[in-house]
Amino acid sequence: MIASQRVAAAVMFLAAALAVTATGQERQPKKDVIKEFLDGLDTEYHGFYEARVGTRLLDDPYQSKDASIGEARYQFDLFSMRDWGDIKIKGDVYGDFVTEEVEFDLREANLFTRPTDTMDVKLGRQVLTWGTGDLIFINDLFPKDWVSFFIGRDTEYLKAPSDAAKVSLFFDALNVDIAYTPEFDSDRYITGERLSYYSPALGRRAGEDNELSVEDRQEFFEEDETAIRLYRNISSYELAFYGYWGYWKSPAGFNPARTAAIFPELYVYGASGRGAVGKGIANAELGYYDSVDDRCGDDPLINNSEMRYLIGYTQEVARDFTAGVQYYVEQMLDYGDYERTLPPGSKSRDEFRHVTTLRLTQLLMNQNLMLSLFTYYSPSDQDVYLRPIVNYKASDNLAVEVGSNIFFGDERHTFFNQFHNNTNLYLGVRYSF
Amino acid sequence: MDWKTKTMMLLVLLGLGFVVTGAARAQDDVPDVQTIVKKANLAAYYQGDDGKATVKMTITDKQGNTREREFNILRKDVKDGGDQNYFVYFQRPADVRRMVYLVQKHADVDKDDDRWLYMPALDLIKRIAASDKRTSFVGSDFVYEDVSGRSLELDVHELVQTTDTQFVVKNTPKKPELAEFGYFNVAIDRKTFMPMKMEYFDKDSGKLYRTIESAKVEEIEGLPTVTKSVVTDLRTGGKTEMEFTNVDYNLGIKDIFEERYLRRPPREAMR
Repeated sequence: MIASQRVAAAVMFLAAALAVTATGQERQPKKDVIKEFLDGLDTEYHGFYEARVGTRLLDDPYQSKDASIGEARYQFDLFSMRDWGDIKIKGDVYGDFVTEEVEFDLREANLFTRPTDTMDVKLGRQVLTWGTGDLIFINDLFPKDWVSFFIGRDTEYLKAPSDAAKVSLFFDALNVDIAYTPEFDSDRYITGERLSYYSPALGRRAGEDNELSVEDRQEFFEEDETAIRLYRNISSYELAFYGYWGYWKSPAGFNPARTAAIFPELYVYGASGRGAVGKGIANAELGYYDSVDDRCGDDPLINNSEMRYLIGYTQEVARDFTAGVQYYVEQMLDYGDYERTLPPGSKSRDEFRHVTTLRLTQLLMNQNLMLSLFTYYSPSDQDVYLRPIVNYKASDNLAVEVGSNIFFGDERHTFFNQFHNNTNLYLGVRYSF
Repeated sequence: MDWKTKTMMLLVLLGLGFVVTGAARAQDDVPDVQTIVKKANLAAYYQGDDGKATVKMTITDKQGNTREREFNILRKDVKDGGDQNYFVYFQRPADVRRMVYLVQKHADVDKDDDRWLYMPALDLIKRIAASDKRTSFVGSDFVYEDVSGRSLELDVHELVQTTDTQFVVKNTPKKPELAEFGYFNVAIDRKTFMPMKMEYFDKDSGKLYRTIESAKVEEIEGLPTVTKSVVTDLRTGGKTEMEFTNVDYNLGIKDIFEERYLRRPPREAMR
């Protein structure tokens, strides 16, 4: 059965790859019709077709499918400049062979305008990013799609969109960004569907057998989020201060009455700096996570407050070869109260979680071939998450990518090693236009 | 002496006179080499106070496969012959469309340029850690330094040839370990001071292995401008053509070289 499923996946991939190539050639006249129509509306039309398949490399008793990813995707990207501003709409339609559904994911749908010399406004669905970390986020509390990240979708999908209003103000002394999200946008977190995780309640890993039941926050204008950034450059050093008033982005608490995971309230205050040091770029960032619903740290069902620290350094060490290292620490506050109130028998977290990352990127063949390896290693958890990716641009339109998500470690419950059985290998082909 | 001999001598003298005066005049017109390279640097990289162009790049490999890049480039000089800012907005290929590359170029050789890259799909501003200016620019046969200029302080300059139309200057790196070439010669137009041809010679064999030619020079708004430049790498067999259109100078470009415009470029950069 397993072998036959893998064969089926391979066949499906080939079919999808052929479909992509075929669309590249045959669709040309049809696409031109769409393009002409949109040109008439003064709208640029771009996008891509993509096929991506992947398989689990380990047996997971809590997942029924061997395929880790299997999808045929079409992304359209419409952009129009008007006198008053811009309109942007970008969306993905994809057939997901793992969930056996056809999905529509509206990535962006926003209006942008520059009403005065000192103000920019962007309204609607948009992807938001700030902060200095490389695949580590402290003050960037915009939604992440961890499922896409772990199953091997393109890195662009790590950032999930927000339905927000972003107002930016520019002054001589400093610049201000305010992002207001009227209805809480959580991460796309691990629920047990297609990715297994460690369930503290069961004391073991769990997957489809124990999908996380979550109490959503959906009160418009009540359960909202506000994120602010104040920043300025001093010569070419970038300094920023951040504030966030909202909720933990992935479930960080438990409501026993409804036996559901919850998003407790969270405020975050932080700062960052980035600039040239020696031959490379150094960055530092920190954040204070104020877990409002458990300020004393004695509620075992809600995450304690934390301090988070990050330093990093990136340098080109040889021609077209770049290395980046980061050191990241999560410090649980009121650790004594946490230990004292922890239910007996449960696995306790460490007071300090240390994580180091290493990114190696080599460009070859006129920068058309990219070899990249991103490694998370936690010396305190004794676990590792590896992300090797090989990407080859066969032409200006066609790119082929092979990659893997590898999780391992000593203990079942640690942050990365809980995903051990989700270790996977994937292959993608993308035709951009 | 018969009349024939006299006439011959007169002619020879006259001829000599022309040659001598001509040579003297040519000598008068030859500035010292520092002035030549300074003027050439200004002509190639600092025309006007600011400038804009649409650049189409065609990269051809040994097998004849081609790849294309298209971007708009906006430049503003902080100081003539000194610091400059570049704003590059990519149009093609599709996978890099709408990416923005921002460079704050520092003329001081001890200070690396500051470079940022904006990736729109992630709304991410990346700081680029690249101190090596001899790295390929966007996968082409041009290196970063060909596009933004090479500091005059890095080489020893010698005027090796003067013709009716050109000065040929030999440039030898002061720190040979930082360059992949042994030296390069630049043929500079005497009138416009535009570098017309650059020839790079191998460190070990001394052989010519790379050329850059200004294939087309036009006068735009009164300023001589290279509108087609071709680099040929004789070792790899690769070739890149760069064509400049929509060239415009002294537009009064504002301070767009900052984060605000990385996230949403000014309209003049997107057209």
